Order: sequence, then structure tokens, then C-alpha cells
Amino acid sequence: MSSALEGMAGGATTSIKARMGRGTAWLFLALLIVVTIFPFYWTLRTGLVSNASLFEGNQGKGVVERILPDEPSTVNFRRVLNRATEAEILEATGRANSASFDYLTALKNSVIIASVIAVGQTTFSALAAYAFSRLRFAGRDKIFFLYLTGMMIPPIFVLIPNLLLILGDFWFFDINGHTWLDWIPGYDSDSRTFLLGTLAGVIAPFLLMTPFSVFFLRQFFLGINRSLEEAALIDGASHFRIFRSVILPIARPQMITLGILTYITAWNEFLWPLVVTQQDKAKQPLTVALGVFTTQQPGTQPDWSGLMSGTLLAALPVIIIFMIFGKRLVDSIQFSGIK
Amino acid sequence: MAAPTVDAPKGAKLNLYGGWKAAWPFLLPSFIGFLIFFFIPTMRGIYLSFTDWNLLANRGEWVGGANYERLVDDPLFWNAVRVTAWYVFLNILSQTAFAILIAVAMDRLTKSSVIRSIIMLPYLIPNVVVALIFVWLLNSNLGIIADLFSVFGIDSNYFAGPRAVIPTIAGINTWRHMGYTALLIFAGLQTIPKSLYEAGALDGASEWQMMKRITIPLLRPVLALVLVITMIGSFQVFDTVQVATGGFGGRPGGPGDASRVIYVYIYELAFVRNEAGRSSAIAVVLLLTLMVITFFQLKLLRANESDLA
Repeated sequence: MSSALEGMAGGATTSIKARMGRGTAWLFLALLIVVTIFPFYWTLRTGLVSNASLFEGNQGKGVVERILPDEPSTVNFRRVLNRATEAEILEATGRANSASFDYLTALKNSVIIASVIAVGQTTFSALAAYAFSRLRFAGRDKIFFLYLTGMMIPPIFVLIPNLLLILGDFWFFDINGHTWLDWIPGYDSDSRTFLLGTLAGVIAPFLLMTPFSVFFLRQFFLGINRSLEEAALIDGASHFRIFRSVILPIARPQMITLGILTYITAWNEFLWPLVVTQQDKAKQPLTVALGVFTTQQPGTQPDWSGLMSGTLLAALPVIIIFMIFGKRLVDSIQFSGIK
Repeated sequence: MAAPTVDAPKGAKLNLYGGWKAAWPFLLPSFIGFLIFFFIPTMRGIYLSFTDWNLLANRGEWVGGANYERLVDDPLFWNAVRVTAWYVFLNILSQTAFAILIAVAMDRLTKSSVIRSIIMLPYLIPNVVVALIFVWLLNSNLGIIADLFSVFGIDSNYFAGPRAVIPTIAGINTWRHMGYTALLIFAGLQTIPKSLYEAGALDGASEWQMMKRITIPLLRPVLALVLVITMIGSFQVFDTVQVATGGFGGRPGGPGDASRVIYVYIYELAFVRNEAGRSSAIAVVLLLTLMVITFFQLKLLRANESDLA
């Protein structure tokens, strides 16, 4: 309510034209919010009704009846969570044992992957950001520039090379035709799977840094006033001490924001975990489990209500994070997008 | 450069900025990560593109430029280039247009962080989830959007057809990204002095004129950034295509070759056809394309100069 234009539009000089313009703009925003929310609502509605009700269609029903769920029940969500009885499954799907993906296992995998990546990447990137913003050493700006060029590499470019690393193929350590794995006692290097099909394999490339995280934190650290740490340095404090007791307390909100962003990015990742865990269902995160499950669905009459329950449940953790931290994430755009 | 020093209490010279001695423990973890998972793989990716690498055997021979020569006569490669270019064009156009509209509307009407949070929400949802939701909404028999369009006489099978698949995927991704892009532009709008609009209004300028003469020129650095981000992202569309066209008995990149974008083709060559060498050669072409486009976009749009200065 502070802009001068609004003052003009709301004051005595209000013209009908200006009012109509504002009306149209509000209408546009309202429509936008409906368009944003509706798909989520419709997914929820689909999950709450039976497949039979979906296939019946909406012929001859009023608008309200179409929008509200018909005889809502939680059975589809319980099916996804393995909390439904056999009789309920039979009734809901017409099959004795409907193929389903193991939601709870996939959820556990996603939580582990996203948490370890978020904590590791934020911590190690903060250390690097401290060096790039607060210390001076020969070649500092060159190394930082090298990191930045990493932002331009499309993930698919390093997909196969990283897969080879996960398979244990560190060719630069190969000596006389032996891979480095041959030197580990008891390791069967012929099986050649190393970290393939493990959570560690999914986590590894993102654990220590991404160029974006280092960049994001460096931008913030640069803005922190130096006088506090100079005093501490003169008193003989080490740089680790200063990092811990001066920089971290000041930068805590930004580090939490970056941690949340990293968590969500890791949660949403599809291609890399797909390649690493394709053969191993027990290690798939939610995105991969859901994607693979979809390819196994029949083209005609798939189990839509079960699938939409699973889809919504896969997004639920992100939606919860969003509800708690939404404002913080929105504010971070102001900071990261526009320097 | 010489590190500045300060006189320590006991008269010894104290180096405030550390040097390598202080810096290396801070740098080591990230440097290992960068070296192992960014730098070396990039070099190796270039190397692989000159081999006939076989992922199953994990072996390959040096074949020189053969993979690149084959690209020239590979109709599927050129198809992927066409499909990707069409997608990038549609996606950037719709996403940027909607984002500017949303940002300008918000700038005029409200600073509500609730509204801003809501429009950002889709951006945080996994691509896989978004793709599945829209496959359901657009389902030809039961989907609510297909239902709505049939009211206007559009065949409900339309969205699954080869002509509509790329525009549909562009539409889905516009839905996911426009709010986020709008927030970037909105942040840029906050830097334009309101007095310029007051002056414009006093001179009797119309909304459209102010948009053209004030908003767009002053927003240029932000728009350049947004265009670069959107374009790099659009070239890399994968999850949505893979899930939306690959599920329910479909084949990723289908129907036919209609949605086989460059990422899907690279993936297919490496993991379905086991031709990692050719796959890497296309990845190299993609990398070079992105670098050239980014460079020229930033140059053309003079991204680092604002007319405000």
C-alpha cells in the first residue's frame, strides 16, 4: 500500500479506467493462484475416491458435485502406506495384490539422501566460502573462477564419468592394469559394482560442494563486517575459531536457507539417482521409485487413485517444508537472484 | 599480492588474511569434491566422446573423431536438435511472458509474502510429481483439463498426439517455473525508482508506454539473467519428458520421435543402446552450445550494465 501509484489510484483522482485496470490485475492474480493450487487439490481429490468412481465419470452432475470428492475415503493413502487390509485392496483395485511401490522405504531413502547432502554440502561449502571471502592466498580468484565454471557444466555431461567413478573406475589410480580396488584386501573387483545401487553412491557427487552453494555463501560472507574478526585475530584466535564463533552465528539464517534449498534440490533429483539405483529397488528415493512404478503401469485403466495418492505423498514432505519455511525461501530469491 | 599486516600486541607481525597456510583446511573438502566430481569427470567426458565406450563391458577403444562424424548424418540427432529448439522457444516465450505479467501485477498490487510463497510452490515440487499430476489432469478419458478443453471442441486425445506433446510439456514446465521466474523479475522491479512512474503518469503516458519505456529498459540486467537461466534450464529438460511420455506403456521421447529432446537422446544412447561414446559426443556438443549461447546472450543484452547507473 505504499507505492505512489496506488495512492493516486485510490485517491480522489481515481479514474474508472485505473480502477478497471487494477480490477483486471487482481482477477489475473486470483486466477493465477487458482491455477497454482488446483492441480494439488485435484490430485488429493483423486486420491480420496475409488477408481470405480473415477471411471464412472461426471455425466449429469453439477459443478459442486464434480469438484468435491464422491464418497471420500483414505483407503488409497493407506494402500500406499501398506496400511490397508487385503479385502480393501481387492475392493479398491479389483486385484488381490495390487503392484505398489514401497513408499516407506523410498521415503526413508529420500530423507537420508537429502539430509546428508544438505548438511554436508552446506558445511563444506561454508568452509570454502570462508576461504574465498575472508582469506587471501595466491591463486584465490583463479580457483574461485574455476569453481564458477563448474556451474556451466550440464549434469548429463558428467553423468557417465561420474557413473564410472561410482563403479570404482578411478582410472587415474590404475597401476599395471590393476584397479585401485584390487589393492583392498577381500574386495572382489570383478563384480565392479563398488557404490552402484547404494545410497552412498547417490550422495557422493553432492556431498562436498556444488559451485552454487559456495557462490551463494561467499556472496553473503563478503558482506559481513570485518572489524569483529580483526579484533579476535589480534587477540590470537585461529581462523577456525573465528569461523565458528564469529561467522557462523551471523550467517546462520543464510546457511539454514541454503540447507533447505539444497535439501529440496536433492529431494527432487531424478536422473542421477535413477542411474545409480535403477537395478536396486530397495535403495530408490521417492522420485525414482515413483518414476519406475509409472513405467510399470498399464496404458489402459491404470490405478489412478492409488497413483495419485502416492504422487501426493511423494510431494508432501516438500509441501510441509514449504509451509514452514516458504517465506524464508521467497526472501532468499531477493538475495541470490539479484546480487 | 602482499598480504596486509597489523602490529600485534607484542610487536610481532600478524598476518590477518592467512595465506595458504590458513586457507588449505578450509578449501580441502570442497576442492576434493570439485576435482573428483566436476573437473576430472568433465575431462573424462571429453575423452569418452573420442572412444567407442561400452558401459556394460566398461571398456572402449580410441576412435578419433568418428563419433562426431556420425552425428552429421544421424537423423535422430538432428531430430533431437529440432525438438529441443522448438521446446526451448515455446518454453522461454510462455514462461517469460507470464512471469513478467505476474511480476508487474504483484509490483502494482501487493507485497503479500503469502501470495509470493504460493506462486513459488510449484517450483519446489519434484518434476516427476508434476509430470504425473499433469499426465492425470490431461488424460484423454478422465482428465479434468482434457474435459474442459473438449467443451471448446478440442479432441480429448489431442494432448497425447505427436504435434501437441512438446507444447504440452512446455506448458507443464511453464506452470512449474513461471512463479519462480516472476519472483526474480519482481525482485528486479523493486530496484526501479517509483518516481519514474509518477513522472510518466503526470506526462500522460499509458501503462503500455511506461512498460516499454521505463520497466523493460531498466529491467534489462535482470531479464538477461532470467533469460540465461531459463534457456540453460530449457535445454536440459529431461525428467518431465521421461516420466510423462515414458509411463503407462509409452516410450520415453514418444509418440514416435516427437519428444525425444537432446537429454533424452543422450540418455537413450548411453543406457538403452549402450553407445556411451556417441552419447558423450552429443553431450560435448550440448556443452559447447550452452557456452556459446550464454556468452552471446550476456553480450547482446549487455547484462552487466543498467540504464539506471
